[in-house]
Amino acid sequence: MSIEKPEELVRYREPEELLGFAKDYPAEVELKGRITESLIREISKVKKEPEWMTRLRLKSLELFYKLPMPNWLQGIEMLDLDTMAHYVKPDIELSSSWDDIPKEVREYYEKIGIPELEAKVLHGLSAQYESETIYHKMKKSLEDKGVVMIPMEEAVQKYPDIVKRYFLRIFPPSDHKFAALHGALWSGGVFVYVPKGVRVEAPIEAFFLIGRAFESQFEHTLLIADENSYIYFIEGCTAPMYKGFSFHDGMVELYAHRGAHIRFTTFQNWSKHVINFNNKRAIAEENARVDWVEGSIGSMLTYVYPSTVLRGKGSSSRSVVFTLAKGPYLKDSGSKMFHVAPNTKSRIVNKSISVDGGINVYRGVIRIPYGARNAVSNVECESLILDDKSYAYTYPHNQIEEPTASVSHEATTMRLTEDQIFYLLSRGLDEDDAKNLLIMGFLDELFIEVPFEVAHVLKKVLEIEFEKLGGVG
Amino acid sequence: MLEVKDLHVTVEEKEILKGVNLKVEPGKLVVVMGPNAGGKSTLAYAIMGREGYEVTKGDILFNGESILELGPDERSRLGIFLSVQEPPPLPGVKGSLLVPAVIKKRRGIPMDDKFADIKILREVRPKLELVGLDSSYMGREVNVGFSGGEKKRFELFQALAYDPKIVILDEPDSGLDVDGVKMVARVIDDMRKNGKGVLLITHNPRLLHFITPDEVNVLIDGKIVMTGGLDVAEFVETHGYDKVVTR
Ligand SMILES: Nc1ncnc2c1ncn2[C@@H]1O[C@H](COP(=O)(O)OP(=O)(O)OP(=O)(O)O)[C@@H](O)[C@H]1O
Ligand SMILES: [Mg+2]
Repeated sequence: MSIEKPEELVRYREPEELLGFAKDYPAEVELKGRITESLIREISKVKKEPEWMTRLRLKSLELFYKLPMPNWLQGIEMLDLDTMAHYVKPDIELSSSWDDIPKEVREYYEKIGIPELEAKVLHGLSAQYESETIYHKMKKSLEDKGVVMIPMEEAVQKYPDIVKRYFLRIFPPSDHKFAALHGALWSGGVFVYVPKGVRVEAPIEAFFLIGRAFESQFEHTLLIADENSYIYFIEGCTAPMYKGFSFHDGMVELYAHRGAHIRFTTFQNWSKHVINFNNKRAIAEENARVDWVEGSIGSMLTYVYPSTVLRGKGSSSRSVVFTLAKGPYLKDSGSKMFHVAPNTKSRIVNKSISVDGGINVYRGVIRIPYGARNAVSNVECESLILDDKSYAYTYPHNQIEEPTASVSHEATTMRLTEDQIFYLLSRGLDEDDAKNLLIMGFLDELFIEVPFEVAHVLKKVLEIEFEKLGGVG
Repeated sequence: MLEVKDLHVTVEEKEILKGVNLKVEPGKLVVVMGPNAGGKSTLAYAIMGREGYEVTKGDILFNGESILELGPDERSRLGIFLSVQEPPPLPGVKGSLLVPAVIKKRRGIPMDDKFADIKILREVRPKLELVGLDSSYMGREVNVGFSGGEKKRFELFQALAYDPKIVILDEPDSGLDVDGVKMVARVIDDMRKNGKGVLLITHNPRLLHFITPDEVNVLIDGKIVMTGGLDVAEFVETHGYDKVVTR
């Protein structure tokens, strides 16, 4: 795949600026208030779900009430779930033609350039608005190869046996309170199956939008790559401005069978009105490979920890996470690698920028139990702090029991110095250019690690974010 | 032409420069020598307009107009270049990123014109050779892990690449081997021949064995206490700075 002029595809603005204030679009069904068994049953009924799924939801609900609030979470107290809408089915029929999507809603996607991106690059696109997928389309060529890409709800109906095998099994709801909440309330998202030996070179994208305040979005993405297959999946999300805030508690489950390779890239640019909780986990079988890329730009609060269980011999995983905390916002991130088989490899690159009072927290985990012989892991964690009001904290957590394992961890914190800024000014660059250059320099390695198109989008986004930056830190 | 008139500069509420007068005309080499802490770098920073170097009295003129109100980047784009005494490392910023960015800025080429980079890099390559560096240095992060001598060479290279009218070199010879010092002398001489005004700061008269300045000043405790030709440098070399004050 190649994009001749990627800049054509990126008309990036901050979501607030680009999408403006939310326009109210009527809902066909809206379920809100306290999360009770009857609310869960109601969602299940609207979706005409089989009994086993209803039971799975109810079991998750039970766990949600049983599990304690994770004590490491900061800021989430403001979330009063009893007042939120947990399921909002917009009054829009699922379609594979943008012409069928009402203008007000379609415009959001157009402003971000999604239909254009689809036409030029993507081999499949799924767009979700509020709690439901409203647009879904996959190229015929993929269908011919036996690739399945359908809304998650459809998969529950069509492939119950496959869904039962993986759904909430890669990431069990018992893990923590918000995983359980997700299990109880999940709605929307995509199911993808790539058959043995099939390669999906061009990316497939899922795009999520939350159109209004006091609403929760719980989309579920399940991606199964069968033996020796390959897939490149991109996930994007954004929201317009509103009064108040919304809650996102999505889940991604990836399963890479023997020899398969999954590249999963998320580009998060929620507006500053979204509390963003993510649950991302992959399982890699023998010689499989999972590559996570996370570009986390927007939102009020974000909690994201891409994780891989390296279950098969010789499997590997790489996670590249970039977080920007600009303004009085928090990014809590960290990749997790569980090496449970010999000769497994992992690499974590985490880069954060804190500015204008922003806070970045890193909580990475490397676990290598006895028996994961010759496991290799290296972690690089770099924080750039641009002023005195901003912070970065690093809490790496390594549990290494296997004596033959090799683990390296590097963590550095940098600040732009007056010396550096003056040096660049004395060459004739202005202050913004100077900062941009130093920031781009800081991120240089990141741009090498991620796919070209992603690097390009990221660069553009950052250039615009830093265009408006104030005085020297 | 650069002109410094009765310049008083205060840093952190302490007066460092106490009335300095200087003129650097096109095609001339003006030297400022002096002991450590005499105020040489302070003079360079004040001319460049660095924050924290407050001009309390006097003026700095470029082509007859005061530049006191301009920021360092504006002064730089007018044509004043400063090669700093201790270039800071710029992690992640490669020469191949920095140099084209600076030149695009100076020429008014949009920053996102990536094609210009290739042309610029080709254009500046011979200048890299002039300072004794090969093109691999452009692929390295600027001043990161550079030896003292390499830093000085890369500064001098930038002085050539950015094509300023006035070049201020703050100790371009420190940390260089003998061949390096000769190279600096050669480059300065070329600059002078090309009509650039050079203000050379050094506390080491060794460099002046290889190039004849048009004027030599001795700056001690914020004041120029002696002005002349090569004879001043020779005096300093034989007798040291102590004797300069009492002469
Ligand atoms: N930012 C600053 N804060 C405090 N004092 C300063 C600052 N900058 C310069 N000074 C002081 O001003 C005086 C002159 O310093 P300057 O660096 O100009 O000397 P110099 O002649 O360049 O010395 P050298 O030959 O060692 O480079 C010194 O006493 C120095 O400590
Ligand atoms: Mg000095």
